[in-house]
Amino acid sequence: MSDVSASLAKTETAGLAAPVGEGLASPKDFIELLKPRVMSLVIFTALVGLVRAPGDIHPVIAFTALLCIAVGAGAAGALNMWWDADIDAVMTRTQGRPIPSGRVSGQEALAFGLTLSAFSVGVLGLLVNTLAGALLAFTIFFYVVVYTMWLKRTTSQNIVIGGLAGALPPLVAWAAAADSISLEPVLLVAIIFFWTPPHFWALALYRAGDYARAGVPMLPVTAGPDETRRQILLYTLFLVPLAASPVAFGYAGLAYGAVAIGLGAMMIRLAVRVYRRREGEEAVRAAKALFGFSILYLFSLFATLLGEAIVGGLLG
Amino acid sequence: MNDVKTPVPPGDDDGVVLTPEQQRRRRARNIAIAAVLGFLVLLFYAVTIVKLGPNVLNRPL
Repeated sequence: MSDVSASLAKTETAGLAAPVGEGLASPKDFIELLKPRVMSLVIFTALVGLVRAPGDIHPVIAFTALLCIAVGAGAAGALNMWWDADIDAVMTRTQGRPIPSGRVSGQEALAFGLTLSAFSVGVLGLLVNTLAGALLAFTIFFYVVVYTMWLKRTTSQNIVIGGLAGALPPLVAWAAAADSISLEPVLLVAIIFFWTPPHFWALALYRAGDYARAGVPMLPVTAGPDETRRQILLYTLFLVPLAASPVAFGYAGLAYGAVAIGLGAMMIRLAVRVYRRREGEEAVRAAKALFGFSILYLFSLFATLLGEAIVGGLLG
Repeated sequence: MNDVKTPVPPGDDDGVVLTPEQQRRRRARNIAIAAVLGFLVLLFYAVTIVKLGPNVLNRPL
């Protein structure tokens, strides 16, 4: 009997068997499948790309572009939850998600994710421009197929390479507004790309047990916490000057430069603390502090870029 | 000939019977889908007007 249950649970995860939780899902559960917290960061970084891009874009078209990028990111999140339902069920952080908790079936999540992916890419391509639609399709493909299905369970570099998917929204938004790509949005992508490893590895340092139990080869599990601390410090030392580089290229003003250098110095300080404090509660506190501050750091960088663009637009 | 059964017309209690909670959630899902569809109608209308712009009046009669 337990074999049958296990088999059913497995096929259910793959979205092949009759759904377990059919009829129990509320709209809130489907919204949860879209990973709203990740979506809010995607909307914010995409908004910065949209506002900073050259050329005039009608507010209705800009709103449509942002909506498509947000829904596309959410669809990728739903497909990620469909594929990862088995490991989500054993990790404490993700046990309450709609599929492991039985509120939404794997099949429902798969259909939801595929439908929203097709709609978001199609609408962005048809109503805004083809380049933006193609870039959004690539972003969803990269997150779902390259990161979720391939890298996440096979290499400790999973979040390094997979981080590209999370970094692309400003480029998609830029393409939506300008119908072209230039160095500035690529720099924005690079900043998020190099921010991702220290951010996620700081979390993985104090969640390593969870990842080990789920069989996810995060760096602290495969290479150990000390090597992870070294890598966090190296990535942070590269990230901080990179994040300040838009000033050198003439893309950003003094306010951005001050924020990038001031908060960047704090990032380095916290990364050094993570590197030095390796034992006990102090080590956990240091990793949590870096994880929390890294969110504030990225948010502040993009908020300043947005603020400068708005002030520049009002003045000139 | 006499043992041919007369078909029973389907009643309300045939098939899957949803609990009141399932019915409530199904209704909530239906309302959400209706709201999304209504929103998309408005969005496509607005984008059409924006894309056509003044050309909406520029046509042979």
